[in-house]
Amino acid sequence: MTQLVFEQALNGLQFGLMLFLLAAGLTLVFGIMDCINLAHGSLYMVGAYFVAAAAQVADSFWIGLGAGVAGAAALGLVLELSLFRQLYRRDHLSQVLATFGLILIANEAVRTIWGAQPLLLNPPEALSGPLEIGGFFYPAYRLVIIAFGVAVAGLLYLLVAKSRVGMWVRAGAANRELTEALGVDVQRLFTAVFVLGAALCALAGGLLGPLLAVQVGMGESVLILAFVVIIIGGIGSIRGALVGSLIVGTVDTLGRALLPTLLRVALPADAAATLGPALASIMIYLLMAGILFFRPQGLFPARA
Amino acid sequence: MPLRLTALAAALMLAGSVHAADRIKVGFVSTLSGPGAGLGVDIRDGFNLAIKQLDGKLGGLPAEVIVADDQQNPDIAKQTADKFLKKDKVDFMTGIVFSNIMLAVGPTVFENHTFYISANAGPSQYAGEQCNPFFFNVAWQNDNLHEAVGKYVQDKGFRNVVIVTPNYPGGKDAVSGFKRYYKGKIAEEVYTKLGQLDYAAELAQIRAIKPDALFFFLPGGMGINFVKQFVAAGLSRDTQLFAPGFSADEDVIKAVGAPMMGMFNSSHWAHDMDNAENKRFVADFQKEYGRMPSLYASQGYDAALMIDGAVRDVKGKVEDKAALQRALEAKHFKSVRGDFRFNSNHYPVQNYYLRVVGRDAGGRITNRMMGTIFTNHADAYVSACRMK
Repeated sequence: MTQLVFEQALNGLQFGLMLFLLAAGLTLVFGIMDCINLAHGSLYMVGAYFVAAAAQVADSFWIGLGAGVAGAAALGLVLELSLFRQLYRRDHLSQVLATFGLILIANEAVRTIWGAQPLLLNPPEALSGPLEIGGFFYPAYRLVIIAFGVAVAGLLYLLVAKSRVGMWVRAGAANRELTEALGVDVQRLFTAVFVLGAALCALAGGLLGPLLAVQVGMGESVLILAFVVIIIGGIGSIRGALVGSLIVGTVDTLGRALLPTLLRVALPADAAATLGPALASIMIYLLMAGILFFRPQGLFPARA
Repeated sequence: MPLRLTALAAALMLAGSVHAADRIKVGFVSTLSGPGAGLGVDIRDGFNLAIKQLDGKLGGLPAEVIVADDQQNPDIAKQTADKFLKKDKVDFMTGIVFSNIMLAVGPTVFENHTFYISANAGPSQYAGEQCNPFFFNVAWQNDNLHEAVGKYVQDKGFRNVVIVTPNYPGGKDAVSGFKRYYKGKIAEEVYTKLGQLDYAAELAQIRAIKPDALFFFLPGGMGINFVKQFVAAGLSRDTQLFAPGFSADEDVIKAVGAPMMGMFNSSHWAHDMDNAENKRFVADFQKEYGRMPSLYASQGYDAALMIDGAVRDVKGKVEDKAALQRALEAKHFKSVRGDFRFNSNHYPVQNYYLRVVGRDAGGRITNRMMGTIFTNHADAYVSACRMK
């Protein structure tokens, strides 16, 4: 029983941390630049494809991950300089239209280059088994993902809360005009934040590649969850993104694990299995609705 | 204008009389993208290989195969089928992988009085009460391969089993098939979302139950991820995996590799079956596509041969539906699985075999035929079928 609870908690943590990698970039772009980027999920997909392709060429997962993240950061740079720079001043409708267009372009481009079938990405051989700690088993690769998530969260905290650049980022999120007036080069700051967001997307895509599948359209479903996370956490807040991700990750995993079992008491297995995950995903949206009702700015609003 | 008049005159002359078609059009709608794509691609490649061997013809007439991707979405499949039937006026349809899609498309095809030759999906509905003269399944009824595994697990003395399957019609057929022959305890039936790829929550649950055997039916990318994650979680030490051939064929073996070794699975076909047709099929498939054929590929291949045989029998007069139905029922082709016949519900009566994944003489990981589980096995729904 302890094993089960502990394992499910780790599963929730792992899922939550990966959501955090996506939500962190999204919340900064949304919070600081006031730009709705629907194509954030496409950066996640393209990043995963970069990692998978590079890993195949280099025959090493780690080299592939590094190269893929660098490639996605470069793509982020090109996108920011060419397209997003034009969008910051536009209204949200233009942003939604332009970035929705990007989703379609990205999906078709990936389909043309890599084909419609999913790419295979295997974890490093050494991590393909379980890790045993005092009779407790957990997949080694998932532990590595958790370690990556914790490390990135720590680094982001240091960057945003302790560094000068982080101070500008926070200032930009709280009041953009005043920050500009104080002489911060907001344009370069925006570029840096966007590139960082793209790199984090690719990191999440590359790390999740071996557990899921690197395929066309993988970004759309996760994008919705990332938006839920930043609404719960408060737009523009890294801390909010972390807390929101962990809440959504835990609720989703526990819902998937516990609800069918609980429902089994009253319902046949297949009905319980249909109802369980549906209820679990409804819980996430109920949570979001509750937050919007009682705390419309989210748990940790950037603009206090 | 003169041309149009000629065409009209020709149409008037031919109207009412059954004439031989000048070519055979096949509408091939299948899952060619997403995690289920491997199945559709194999069926398509098997189907095309047969036509290539027949010099681009079906029953002696030039063949035209229109291929479309359903993206594993019943709505898209239905729209595509509508287009095939109304605009392209296809003579046959085939290709669908998943039973939920088959059940969504079926009524449209049957109402149009077009023959559907299923190279995969074999839902229990179409084997029983909703059986239809225009539906043939050249592969199996969904339950069959699961029944064979259930029988083997029962005979081997496993008594505490967990079942994992997606929550869709094919998954439910799998559970009823397995339970029809396995009589021991079922500790848990785990139903996952169709297309789910991360099984962390389910695997934790399985670890807590500690079953001695686990039966899973997760076709395509789902099964690939499940086996990898099952091994990564360290569950393979205490629990023996069993699966129908779908989850232990070349597509999964290629992706998972060594952890698949020793996995028993059931199939109606195996690449090492000793008959001339199969040897030619396996050799040509490898030459054409550079990979081993899977059972899906053999099914696609057989579907093309079945259409070829029937069109030949009716001498190209595919408009005579009654004659065409009789020709299809007569099954004048040699299947790569050896001999079989069609039951009154248009599903096969055939043998089911046990295979095990291991290394062959060349050191390659692949399936090896172990023995026969069922001989001339029919599905359990045929008695409910009143073919009109």
